[in-house]
Amino acid sequence: MAVDEGLKRELARTGVVTTTFEAIYNWGRRSSIWPLQFGLACCAIEMMATGGARFDLARFGAEVFRGSPRQADLMIVAGTVTKKMAPQVVRLWNQMPEPKYCIAMGACAIAGGPFKEGYNVLKGIDRFIPVDVHIPGCPPRPEALLHAIITLQEKIDHQHFTRLSHPIAREIDERPAEYPIPRLGKHDLEPPANPVVWQPPEPVRSLPIVGQGALAPAKEGKA
Amino acid sequence: MRDVDEPVGAAPEPEPRYKLTPVESAFDQQQLEVSIGPQHPSTHGVFRMDVTLDGEVVTKLKPVMGYLHRNHEQIAERTTYLGTMPFTDRLDYFGSLANNWGYALTVEKLAGITVPERAEYLRVIMCELTRVVNHTCVAGFLLQDLGAWMTPLVWALREREKVLDVFESVTGARMMCNYFRFGGVRVDMTDDDLAVVQKIIDEYPAFLDEFEALMTKNEILQQRCQGVGVLSKELAISAGISGPMARASGVPYDVRKVDKYGIYDRFDFKVPLGEKGDVFDRYYMRVLEVAESLKILRQALKDMPKGPIQDPKTKIRNFRPAKGEAYGRIESPKGELGFYIVSQGDKSPYRYHVRAPSFVNLTILEDMCLGHKLADAIVILGAVDIVLGEVDR
Repeated sequence: MAVDEGLKRELARTGVVTTTFEAIYNWGRRSSIWPLQFGLACCAIEMMATGGARFDLARFGAEVFRGSPRQADLMIVAGTVTKKMAPQVVRLWNQMPEPKYCIAMGACAIAGGPFKEGYNVLKGIDRFIPVDVHIPGCPPRPEALLHAIITLQEKIDHQHFTRLSHPIAREIDERPAEYPIPRLGKHDLEPPANPVVWQPPEPVRSLPIVGQGALAPAKEGKA
Repeated sequence: MRDVDEPVGAAPEPEPRYKLTPVESAFDQQQLEVSIGPQHPSTHGVFRMDVTLDGEVVTKLKPVMGYLHRNHEQIAERTTYLGTMPFTDRLDYFGSLANNWGYALTVEKLAGITVPERAEYLRVIMCELTRVVNHTCVAGFLLQDLGAWMTPLVWALREREKVLDVFESVTGARMMCNYFRFGGVRVDMTDDDLAVVQKIIDEYPAFLDEFEALMTKNEILQQRCQGVGVLSKELAISAGISGPMARASGVPYDVRKVDKYGIYDRFDFKVPLGEKGDVFDRYYMRVLEVAESLKILRQALKDMPKGPIQDPKTKIRNFRPAKGEAYGRIESPKGELGFYIVSQGDKSPYRYHVRAPSFVNLTILEDMCLGHKLADAIVILGAVDIVLGEVDR
């Protein structure tokens, strides 16, 4: 910080607050995250309960659910994303203005959940759009969603927009304007994942493979 | 309010279907196609309506489903009988305990399992609480669709939280309770839980009066709901409509009265019937049914015996019912919820099918919407009370 801490305190005593433009800007953004009113399945009910009286999402300034993606900052993917719905979700994401954030709420949205073995369920929305916060649970409790919002607020606090050399600013600046919308192909979505945001995990080789140790010496002994 | 046993009077005249206005010029002929959904604040999930409009009037409506097809039936045919129980929670996620009962009832019918007394009472208590929550929230959602932004819904959700506290304290989960087992229930309710239920029942009528004073007597609500989306009794019967929607059209059909499954023959309750079959009747039907459910709850709490909650002869592991098939049905908050299971003596069913009330009730949507304004179509959909998890499965 360019301003000396002592001087800051001195100025504060006289009623002058020194801050940075970025801090004020991020404070405004973090305190008025407008989510997209977008429920997919069971988790949407818990999302509504979070907006209700007991959990009161309004305490965090995120209660203004917008019907249009053009007015929304945050997409809460609340529920199972099927292969029929995935193109629409990506399209909605493309329609949202930057800076935008995504919370994958519930086991289905993060990995397919209990329906993962089904033929029609997408194994996680993070295959197509960048997800900022994942919430596990089936469905997650409203407190978990609140925690996710607070986590997102922390992320916003640490974002730099004035210093374009900063890695986070560069990441957002270099983001594609549009993510490719998958098409429903003959067997699966085409492409099945967006390689920019998701890569299949590398198989871990160091794990012992069951049975191999027992079989290998026996063969050698016979030979 | 009439009892179900009373004869029904003359059927109301069905509304004439919409006729196109005489065409004057080429411009008048132009019809507009609008796709509402799958992301729309008023479609109650990922439901899509392809609407054809003449000006503002609906001339054609095509429901498009399948955006939440989660392979429920396929998964149930691959997993064990008990393994399907948590999946039934996610069918109608507003009334998960009712789905549990439907499934448990069918498997009990298939395998010939009896349920102990106390478990039957626990089932009734849980299921009726679910109905109370569901109907209150549906009224909230309907009012939200009418433009009463948030207030009624948040009110309904506030009451819902009180009931969810009971669910959580008994079953460990707020929404996905997974509470029923074949031949009983999973855990017993303590006296403290029962005291909380009693408190909810005692306080609910006051809330209902308050809700009604603000909502039912509201002029805007009456103007927008009365005479909108009329469903004739004949059409309701021939289309297989069930639940509050059928009863709003004057069809005296309630599976609790018809089948008397569980111990519903012991309770004294009435089945409210509507006269006109419009959206207002459907809304008011739910308010009346909440009052009836509270009546059942009061009786169940009073009569509940002590005893075991699980049939000891039922196998938990390696549960394989004998060859055969069974269809079990219950009155879920949405209507007649049926499960059809074919067993070949394996650990998983050979065929498993769900007769989802929301899905059947939705088939009639076009007939109710024709000739109404687009804004009314939204309200009519809201009064059907669909849950997409059940429609698409």
